[in-house]
Amino acid sequence: MIIELGHYALVLALATSLLQAVLPIIGALRNDHALMEIGTVAAKATFLLMALSFGVLTYAHVTSDFSVQNVWENSHSQIPLIYKFSGVWGNHEGSMLLWVLILTFFSALVAVFGNNLPETLKANVLAVQAWIAVSFSLFILLTSNPFNRLLDAPGEGRDLNPVLQDIGLAIHPPLLYLGYVGFSVCFSFAIAALIEGRIDAAWARWVRPWTLAAWTCLTAGISMGSYWAYYELGWGGWWFWDPVENASFIPWLAGTALLHSALVMEKREALKIWTVLLAIMTFSMSLLGTFLVRSGVLTSVHAFATDPTRGVFILMILILFIGGALSLFAFRAAHLKAGGLFAPISREGALVFNNLILTTAAATVLIGTLYPLALEAVTGAKISVGPPFFNMTFGLLMLPLMLAVPFGPLLAWKRGDLLGAGQRLFAAVAFGLVVGSVIYYAQNGGPIMALFGIALGAYMIAGSLTELFLRSGLGKVTGAVAWRRVSGLPRSVFGTALAHIGLGVTLIGIVAVTAFETEHIVEMKPGMTTDAGGYTLRFDGLRNGKGPNYSEESGHFTISQAGSEVAEVWSSKRFYTARQMPTTEAGIRTFGLSQLYVSLGDDMKDGGVVVRVWWKPMILCIWLGTVFMMAGGAVSLSDRRLRVGAPARAKKQKKPVLEPAQ
Amino acid sequence: MIRRLLVIAFLMLSAWPAFAVNPDEVLADPALETRARGLSAQLRCMVCQNQSIDDSNAELAKDLRLLVRERITNGDSDEAVIGYVVSRYGEFVLLNPRFETKTLLLWGAPVVLLLAGAVAMLVAARRRTGKVTGTALSADEQARLDAVLKD
Repeated sequence: MIIELGHYALVLALATSLLQAVLPIIGALRNDHALMEIGTVAAKATFLLMALSFGVLTYAHVTSDFSVQNVWENSHSQIPLIYKFSGVWGNHEGSMLLWVLILTFFSALVAVFGNNLPETLKANVLAVQAWIAVSFSLFILLTSNPFNRLLDAPGEGRDLNPVLQDIGLAIHPPLLYLGYVGFSVCFSFAIAALIEGRIDAAWARWVRPWTLAAWTCLTAGISMGSYWAYYELGWGGWWFWDPVENASFIPWLAGTALLHSALVMEKREALKIWTVLLAIMTFSMSLLGTFLVRSGVLTSVHAFATDPTRGVFILMILILFIGGALSLFAFRAAHLKAGGLFAPISREGALVFNNLILTTAAATVLIGTLYPLALEAVTGAKISVGPPFFNMTFGLLMLPLMLAVPFGPLLAWKRGDLLGAGQRLFAAVAFGLVVGSVIYYAQNGGPIMALFGIALGAYMIAGSLTELFLRSGLGKVTGAVAWRRVSGLPRSVFGTALAHIGLGVTLIGIVAVTAFETEHIVEMKPGMTTDAGGYTLRFDGLRNGKGPNYSEESGHFTISQAGSEVAEVWSSKRFYTARQMPTTEAGIRTFGLSQLYVSLGDDMKDGGVVVRVWWKPMILCIWLGTVFMMAGGAVSLSDRRLRVGAPARAKKQKKPVLEPAQ
Repeated sequence: MIRRLLVIAFLMLSAWPAFAVNPDEVLADPALETRARGLSAQLRCMVCQNQSIDDSNAELAKDLRLLVRERITNGDSDEAVIGYVVSRYGEFVLLNPRFETKTLLLWGAPVVLLLAGAVAMLVAARRRTGKVTGTALSADEQARLDAVLKD
């Protein structure tokens, strides 16, 4: 009965979405306040109904109701509660339901917090959000219904995929979707602006916080997914340029570009048309990613052709929204007046450069991901596009961007002084060179590209701090004055610095682990030792164990340095009985920012076991950098100017603080 | 991500997860082994989802790894090894596609996009600066200006 209630709530949510999709837009055309107001009510109602529907599916999973096909296929009565819970979205149907839930969540947020939006703009935004919600609700109901019942309820479920039985599944998909789907709000704002044929700085002021919020979540989701793959897959890789990863990375790149172009639009009223196009493209990439992951087209073109129902459905949604949005753009973009003049060398110019590189990078990853599919479909020729291609093209594109990152904030709006900015970055460049040389001596040489990469990272960190330093006037004024100046700076200045520092930190991690990682593949018997990264690893022996739904074999290792024991680590192989599937649980020990990564391999006949040991220097920098980026996003988001509806800052401050014009 | 985990999990169905490179495969000469690893990272495991033979634990990947090491030990250059593997398995094994007619768009796209974007940027910038400095006054405007200045 409860299950049917959830099913019913989903259908009702579709109905309220339909109302929300049609009525507000008619209201906006006729300037009918009552009709427009329906959008607000319907958005809240849709979200509540979706939440109810999702809650019911969660209830079915948590109570192991195997009469529901989705629960039977993806759950087991013996798995820990957290996996029953996260198993709700650890499958196609539940995952799509989460997608729509988050979509309607964002619509409800617009409905609740959008009171100070122009009435027609709000109505149109909510209507566009509802078009998306209607399409995907229909998709779920027609092709991927999670509430389908089984006539004879089986006694036991088929278990959640063992690789997904990890805390990562509880966090990664919701974060990823908050980012991915969050860009829908930017999309809806862009479409609404095109419908109205009007766009101004206030529009950008509303769009920026949504972009920032979505971007921050997407950064968290991708980063978290990368770390999850790193420790779960058992061979120590952290980014594979896999189509599924690319599907989330392309919207991230486009979203990063959007973040920067919206800045220009808000501050200088320039790049309006481009920003609207970028908002459309960013969410289009999210839709495309959803298509790639959910249609099965990636596994093989043939698998897609044999059961195309789902794929074709999403493809239709894709064509409808991307095609429709771009056509609308083509017809209406001319109505949006361009404004805000600037010289090529200026803050705006730097942000345009950022957009040029980031969108080219997004397009490159997109083309690389789709090229094998397209080529096979058109000519039948089979080729592969893998990590070597992406590393080379993406790396080359990022290089000039990373060199330019510290320059951006140091250039003035409208007309900047490149030479002056370069002089002010002198210390940062010097710092980068010093760090590079230190690494050179510490490593007794090393690949020149690696040294350059680390120097570049250090330069970006120092360069990002340069702006704060210069603005504080430290060295010219007393510490107290400098402190007051710094604390008087807008939060977004700190956000920018943090995010750019994060980029440098991530780069250092990537370069260090790529260039200086060591790997040892050895056959070990109890008592034997192997060296890695200055530590000695002793294999103590194997032990068999049993979990609630798996059996495992664990190896115990003692780690010592210079003769004294410093740590121990277990590394295991598990076998999940319900699915007859093995997994590795790598043993990982952290030393500062570096890690020792131990994986168990085949058992040998003579009682030994194959052990793979990696020393991963500075690897945590990769994810630490993304934490900086997220912190930057959060700090910027808390900036007063971005809080829509925040009253203007009180005029009289305790002490007026002089600060350069933005 | 989940999808990949699933696929990888599926591929591991056979037995306990084995490792990609096993100790018995490693060549005695470290220089040759480094070359072998480098080449392996560029060759696709044909039965896997987006994995190189260096990462994969499939039987076929192991055969290919051994093949690569055999050719290297026989004194083949890197190009010769790659050429040999491609001649046997087709271009599908190359994770880094060759630059040729059918990959023209793939390799050309980043360059073309970057150039097109840069040109568009410059054109837009020129148009803007054109507006800033303004064009010569029309005869009518000049006449009005003259009138104003005379006063």
